[in-house]
Amino acid sequence: MSEMWTAKLRNKWQKNLPIEKLLPDEQPAYVASWIYTFGVLTLAALASIIATGVVLAFEGPAWYHVSHIGKFFNSMHFWSVQLFFVFMVIHLWGKFWMAAWRGNRTATWMTGAVAFVASIATAFTGYLVQTNFDSQWISFEAKDGFNSMGVGAWFNVTNLGQMLLLHVAFLPLILGAITVVHVLMVRKRGVVPPIDEVPDSLVEVKS
Amino acid sequence: MKGNKEIKHEFDAAPWRGKTKKYDIVKEGSIALAFVAILALVLSLLMGSPDDTPLTFKGWASSNAENFYVTAVQELAGTSGTATYGAPYNRNADGLNVGPLWLQRWGGVTHPIDTVNDFVIAPLSTQVLSNEIANALKAWNAATTVQKKSWATSYDDAITKVEGDLTKVAAGDYGPVPALATGLTDMAKSGGLDAALLSQGGFFQTDNTKQILFFGDGAYLDDAGTKFNLQGGTWGMMNETGRYPGQAWLWLYSFWYQIPPFNNEESKPIGANADVYIMLIMGALSAGLILIPFIPGIKTLPMRVPIQRGIWRQYYRAQGIKRRK
Repeated sequence: MSEMWTAKLRNKWQKNLPIEKLLPDEQPAYVASWIYTFGVLTLAALASIIATGVVLAFEGPAWYHVSHIGKFFNSMHFWSVQLFFVFMVIHLWGKFWMAAWRGNRTATWMTGAVAFVASIATAFTGYLVQTNFDSQWISFEAKDGFNSMGVGAWFNVTNLGQMLLLHVAFLPLILGAITVVHVLMVRKRGVVPPIDEVPDSLVEVKS
Repeated sequence: MKGNKEIKHEFDAAPWRGKTKKYDIVKEGSIALAFVAILALVLSLLMGSPDDTPLTFKGWASSNAENFYVTAVQELAGTSGTATYGAPYNRNADGLNVGPLWLQRWGGVTHPIDTVNDFVIAPLSTQVLSNEIANALKAWNAATTVQKKSWATSYDDAITKVEGDLTKVAAGDYGPVPALATGLTDMAKSGGLDAALLSQGGFFQTDNTKQILFFGDGAYLDDAGTKFNLQGGTWGMMNETGRYPGQAWLWLYSFWYQIPPFNNEESKPIGANADVYIMLIMGALSAGLILIPFIPGIKTLPMRVPIQRGIWRQYYRAQGIKRRK
């Protein structure tokens, strides 16, 4: 029984991430600053982006030009993206000044930073599929950077179909997966202790 | 014996055994979701979202027929931006490079564009034409490649000599080129060119590469970009049309285009190849962000700058913890 892959995976999961860690009802006393709210606000904005994006995807990229309801969901999507980046950048700076990679949390930092880069790529493709003047302008201007690297041969920013599929399918899946891994790592390792907090064995430097 | 750093590392890595407080993660998530939804709702209702109508060839040819006509001639002569671009559209230029690395060329020609046929001859061939234009098209198709080149280049040179003022172009052997340019301009004014480039001889089409590149060859798109303050040299990459915030997160990418030598196309090798240098710089900086925990000097910065004292001020005060050396 213990040789079963399923049992091994379940045991490993239960050992590393029991439900008490996944859905905690208490947290360290040092988690007491407004900066801690920006992680969850980033996730909330991402949820809003996905929800409004799903509605827009159902009706197509040109729907919002001709429908008030479409315009409303497009606006919600647009502002959710703006909020998402504001929250994420503050979260990122906060975690940098906390040196949040301490205590075996390197991968947590790295997945967060990769999520930031993936978010920029996802938002960029979103701007390309607005099917308005902005899309024309951005695709014409942005092509040079990608072409200069040879990347434009496969990642063609002037191809609406390609950008649309990347924006609504591939990139959200990548970003979503990285975000899930990042959050699970946070839950597994817990929130990094304060820099000046030390164990009792080093208590002489505490005060 | 373990050093202080090792002890501190193990302490940071171990499950927290100090003081705790109650925490309702589900409630926190729900409140955050409601807060963001309300904020986005208010912003959406108050501000809406940008949606400036896309440009059309009809609009271009109707509002600036002369510029469209001159661009059509450049497409025939092979002197337009697209015709002289290089990969991934054609092999008419080497593209940008970083020293011996010609990355642009290495990508290959994956979206071939022949400006003569794709932008002028093929669209005109889809139309019911006047006798004059139909005869011009017939003459063009019957001519040799050398003859075509000679006609188009002579006319393009003559237009360039008078700085685009078509009334002053000297007489010469331009063959059917003026008539073809006139035919395409009329076609664009009617909206026919938008339709022809959209369908590209087929029914389903999702690739706008040809339309976008043709637009970029003239002044119409560029003028509109300037009007909306979107030019790359003025932080345009992070701007949006109207009163809306743009991609502010591209500020660092945009920053490089504002400073020398990147903002000077005449400066070789960096300014002339700014696009590829800036892409590489941003790639390196992105990798640097991801790898911060491994970068000496940066990874210890938070320990040396006391911003963290402010973040944990409440806890430090309650516990009587002073700054650690």
